Amino acid sequence: MMSTGSSSKRQKQRKVLLMGKSGAGKSSMRSIVFSNYVAKDVRRLGATIDVEHSNIRFMGNLMLNLWDCGGQDGFTESYLTHQRSHVFASVAVLIFVFDVESREFNADLINYASIIRALYEHSPGAKIFVLIHKMDLIASQHRTSMFNERSEHIRQVSHDEGFGGKGEGRGKEVEFWGTSIWDQSLYKAWTRVIYFLVPNAGVIEGLLRQLADVVEAHELILYERTTCLMVTHISRPYETEGNKHPDRFEKLSAILKAHKQSVAKHTGMPAGSANFAELQIKTGEFMFLITRLTENTNLAVVLPSGEARYNAARINIALAREQFGELDIPTGKSVQRDRAAEAAMTSRSYDPKMYEEMMRRHQDEDGERVGSSYG
Amino acid sequence: MPRNAPSKDIDTSNNERLMRYLQDLHQADHPDPSPEHAASRFHTGRVPNGRQSGNKPRLMLMGQRRSGKSSISGVVFHKLPPSETLYLETTTQISQSSMHSFMDFQIAELPGHIDFFSPDFDQADIFGNIGAVIWIIDAQDQYLDALTQLLNTITYLAQEWPNINVEVFVHKVDGLSEDFKNDTFRDIRQRIQDELSDLGYDNAPVSFHQTSIYDHSIFEAISKVIQKLLPQLPTLESLLNSLCSSCRIQKAYLFDILSKIYIASDTSPQDTTSYEVCSDLIDVVVDVGEIYGWARPPVDGKTGDQRTEFNNHACESMVTMEKKGHKYLYLREMNSYLALVCIMSDDNPMERKVLIDYNVGVFQEALSKVFQWK
Repeated sequence: MMSTGSSSKRQKQRKVLLMGKSGAGKSSMRSIVFSNYVAKDVRRLGATIDVEHSNIRFMGNLMLNLWDCGGQDGFTESYLTHQRSHVFASVAVLIFVFDVESREFNADLINYASIIRALYEHSPGAKIFVLIHKMDLIASQHRTSMFNERSEHIRQVSHDEGFGGKGEGRGKEVEFWGTSIWDQSLYKAWTRVIYFLVPNAGVIEGLLRQLADVVEAHELILYERTTCLMVTHISRPYETEGNKHPDRFEKLSAILKAHKQSVAKHTGMPAGSANFAELQIKTGEFMFLITRLTENTNLAVVLPSGEARYNAARINIALAREQFGELDIPTGKSVQRDRAAEAAMTSRSYDPKMYEEMMRRHQDEDGERVGSSYG
Repeated sequence: MPRNAPSKDIDTSNNERLMRYLQDLHQADHPDPSPEHAASRFHTGRVPNGRQSGNKPRLMLMGQRRSGKSSISGVVFHKLPPSETLYLETTTQISQSSMHSFMDFQIAELPGHIDFFSPDFDQADIFGNIGAVIWIIDAQDQYLDALTQLLNTITYLAQEWPNINVEVFVHKVDGLSEDFKNDTFRDIRQRIQDELSDLGYDNAPVSFHQTSIYDHSIFEAISKVIQKLLPQLPTLESLLNSLCSSCRIQKAYLFDILSKIYIASDTSPQDTTSYEVCSDLIDVVVDVGEIYGWARPPVDGKTGDQRTEFNNHACESMVTMEKKGHKYLYLREMNSYLALVCIMSDDNPMERKVLIDYNVGVFQEALSKVFQWK
C-alpha cells in the first residue's frame, strides 16, 4: 500500500495552475472537464481576464484549487513580476497547454521557460504536465511524430530549468500528453493529473480491492461525479490483459458525460445536478452498475452475469459506503481508521448466509424487492 | 421368387403414380404458383410499385446539388460523425446502399444534376420499388429553384407512381434562428401546397419535416418516413399503447438499435426531448456493451452454469434519477435488432419491476408473432 503519510492528508487544498499562451485552449478545456460544456459550445467563451479560480471537491480530502491564468502577454508579464510569489507559491501541479498549431513555437518555448523558472523558485516540488493541445487539427498519420518532436523540445527546456533529469535537487520529471477537446484524450490527461493529486490513493485502492474481491467484480472504477474523471480503478489481471479497450476509462468518462448532458436537456435540470442515482445494464455476458459511493464519487462495477450476484454486489456496495465516507473526513488518526475499516470489510464476504441476512436487512430498510429476478 | 420380383415392382410404381396423381389433383385447376406465371397471367392483388415489394423499405434521396443528400445518408445509415460530412465528395451517379438492420433499409441517392425525365433513364428502374422519395431543400440557400423542381417531381410522381410518398426535408435548419426557421418552413410548405392545389393535386401524399444532421431531428424525420412504410405500424402502436397503460409508462419507443430509428411509439403526444433521451440511452448501453461485452475466460469454474442460471441473455438497462419526482428510463432488448425504450412515470422502479417484466414479456411475444420470428 502506498503511504503518502498523514502530512499530505492534512493539506486539504491543492493548488493547480493552468497556463499557456492566449488562445491555446485552457478555458475550453476547463469548461468541458469541470463545467459540463460540450465541445462545440466552447466557441462562446471569451478571453480569460487575469486569473479565474475554481474549487472542485474530489474524493477524500482532496480539494482542487484550479487557477485558470489568462494567457495574454500583459497578464503573463504581471504573473512573472509583481504577482510572482502570489501565483507561484505552494503549487502542486502546473498544467501547461501548448497549441500544436502555433506558428511561434520558439516564442512559446521562451514563455514556458520563464514560467517554469518562476515555478522552480517558489515551488520546486511541483509536478508539470504539458498538454500539447488541438491534436485533432493535425492529420492522424503525422500526430505521433509531431507530438514526439514537440515534446522533445519542451523536455529539453524543462531540463535546463531544473525539472526532470538526474541529479540532486532536480524537480519532478515532466509528463507529456497530446489532447483534443473532440475526443477522450482530454479525459486521459486529466485523469492522470487527478490521480497524481489524490493524496490517499493507496488507501482507496486497498479498500476497493477488497470490495472487488467481495463482490467478485471484473473491474471497479471510481470516478468523480461532476467531472466524470476517474480517480482510480481496480481490474482483475484477465480484464487488464484481455479487454480490447485499454482506453476504456477515458471512454467511460466521455460516455457518462454525454449521458449526463442528454438527461439534463431532457429534464431541464442544470447539467451539474443531473445525476442519476443508479444506472444498470444487465446482459448475458456481463452486468454493469453505477451507483453513488461517497458524496462526490460514483462507483462503476463490472460483474459477471447472474441476478443473485448482482443483488449481493449492490448491497455490499451500499454497506461499504460508510467506510469510504470516512475517507472524506480528514483526521489525524485516519490511517488507523482505515485499518479498522479494512478489518471490518474483510469480515464481510459473499457467503450465502450473510447474503440472506443482508437481503433481509436491506428489505427492511427500504422495502425494495431485492431478491426479485426476472426471466 | 426372382421371377415374381419385377411384376411386384411395376405394381408399386403404378400405385405411386396413382397416389401422386391424386395428391396433385386439387392443384390441377390452379395456376402454376411460380412467380413469372402469376405475374403475367393472374391478378396478384398488388399494385406494381406497391410498398410491399421485397419487404424492404426503399427510400430515394433527391434534391438539388449541395443540399445535403450524401450527408444525410452518411449520418443516418453509415454512422458518419456530422462534422466529417464537410469532406464528402459530390455524388455523380445514382448510388445505392443498404443497411443490414431490422428492416434492411435500402437507400438510393439521385444526384441533383441528373434529369430523370430524359429518355436516357429508365424511370421504372429508378422509381419501380421506391416506397418514399425524400426531397431535401437547403433552408439556408435560395430555394425557389428547388421548389420548382420539387413541384415537377411531385406532379410526375402523382401521375405515374401514385403510391410513392413524398417527404420534404427542410434541411440545415440548425444554422437559422428559431423565428426565421419557422418562417422559412411555413413559407416552403405554403408555396408547395398552393401550387399543388392550383394544379389540382390536393391529395398528393406530401409531408414536411424540419431537419438537421447536427441534432436528432434527422433521425426523427427518417423514423416517421419509415413508419409510414410499415404495414404493421397500427398493430405495433396499439400494442405499445396497452403496454403503456398497464405499466404506467409515460412514453415508449421501439427502436432499431443500429440506426436509432424508431419504428413505432405509443400514440401519446410526441416531443423531441423524449426521443433524444431514449436514443442517448441506447448509445450508453451500446458503448458500454462494446467495452465490456467480451468473452472472459472462466474463473475457478464459476462462470459456465451460473451464467445462464437466470436466463437473462437479453440486455436490460435502467437509469434512476437522484432527485425525487423525476422519471426513470428503462431499456429492454427485444431481439438483436430491436429494443424497447421507455420513460417511466413512477419514482420507484422496484415496486413494479415484476409487473413490468411480465408485461414486457407479453409484448415481446406479441412482437414475435407480428413479425413472425422463430
